[in-house]
Amino acid sequence: MTEEPATPKVNEEQILYAKILEIGMSLGLGILLVTFALYIFGIVAPCVPVEELPNYWVMNVDDYVEATNNDHLHHEHPITGWSWLSVLGKGDYLNFLGIAVLSTVTIICFLGITPTLLRKKDRIYAAMALLEVAILALAASGILVVGH
Amino acid sequence: MAESPASILGYARVGREILKETTKKLRTSRFTITIAILTLALLLHPTAVQAIEETGAVADGDTAWWVWPLVLFVITFVMGILAALGGVGGGVLFVPIVSGFFPFHLDFVRGCGLLVALCGALAAGPGFLKMNLASLRLAMPVALIASSCAIVGAMIGLALPTHIVQTSLGITILGIVLLMILAKKSEFPEVKEADRLSSALRIYGVYREASIGRTIDWKIHRTLCGLVLFTGIGVMAGMFGLGAGWANVPALNLVMGAPLKISVATSKFLLSITDTSAAWIYVNRGCVIPMMVVPSLVGIMLGSFIGVRILRVAKPTFIRWIVIGLLLFAGTKAITTGLGLPFIV
Repeated sequence: MTEEPATPKVNEEQILYAKILEIGMSLGLGILLVTFALYIFGIVAPCVPVEELPNYWVMNVDDYVEATNNDHLHHEHPITGWSWLSVLGKGDYLNFLGIAVLSTVTIICFLGITPTLLRKKDRIYAAMALLEVAILALAASGILVVGH
Repeated sequence: MAESPASILGYARVGREILKETTKKLRTSRFTITIAILTLALLLHPTAVQAIEETGAVADGDTAWWVWPLVLFVITFVMGILAALGGVGGGVLFVPIVSGFFPFHLDFVRGCGLLVALCGALAAGPGFLKMNLASLRLAMPVALIASSCAIVGAMIGLALPTHIVQTSLGITILGIVLLMILAKKSEFPEVKEADRLSSALRIYGVYREASIGRTIDWKIHRTLCGLVLFTGIGVMAGMFGLGAGWANVPALNLVMGAPLKISVATSKFLLSITDTSAAWIYVNRGCVIPMMVVPSLVGIMLGSFIGVRILRVAKPTFIRWIVIGLLLFAGTKAITTGLGLPFIV
């Protein structure tokens, strides 16, 4: 513990990570607010009418995806994984865009700091960053299917 | 001996500075304490809980659909402030409270809870990183283990009976509360020597502790032990859908020896990585209802922005007690919900 009131220097990659995170978070939040406004004010019609939502949010997830598909969407398969992209024209599913950005920003952050880490010859941390990207991409891919 | 006019002016300037600084600190701590008391009172007050329950009783009948998103927004805003101060994900408060008092199915509450915890962490992360309170070098090896284990945990959690998961979680949290109360030093843990692994990974740092006006050098020990702990924490984070700040802070602080403020901030940042992996499993499964998620996310993020600003000047001791209070509340709630008992405040 020292008495000097000096401001400690922050690592280059940490500052870069923070900047990307800040931009991604702002972008994701912005998209989320805009799409939610489009949904809530009825500018983009939803798949499930808002006044019917209380009938669905009491169901478990299996029943919910089945019921919303049977009652409103009439697709061959219920909307799971990345299939929400096919119904982006619906106000409720449009909100998934912002959620996806917010859930992807960490991957972008790690990809963003990797060149800095490599330039600093910090190979262990560069490898860690790339491995983290692979893990998060696997989770996001929808390959790992699970059910009740 | 008479003082020169220049030195008298100098003393006066220093005196003014001290007075200004003291007033600022008093205002800040008063504001922090007021916010904490008000928010805790709102969450714990029996009348508020009863009001939510009563509203819930007529939810299926007369209550307009928009009441729930609105109440969610208010509650999660309060949770956002508390979560940033306590170094916990908003999910650890969100899941027991929303699953206990709102009409939503637990599947959606867990999915939403993870997204809430994730977004609270995303909102707080940049600030903590720039202030050097969250350490990227400390977080990266830990996140690698925790995030991969969180995927496994999320897959297990979506298959297990919920009441068993909730009961065991509550017991774990109360165990951590006990550990934190009994621990003698945790604000600035004594780390005599950094271990080999943390030295090799260059996990150390320095930060400005505004509350005491000093620069703190820190290093960690028992790194391997800490990393092993994070395998369990990762699995539990995904399994319970509750974030993992409640376990991150004690593991970083009490086991690995990081100062409390570094632990709180790094834990918060860590959640942005761990919860991303678990959240994707829930999102891909379909556990997302935008009308639940968006008001909760916006509420928690706005609350977190305020929480981060309070944390910059708040005293570590005060933060520690907020963490303990939050964990005690969340743990008791999880046990009573798991056992099907009424929650008595």
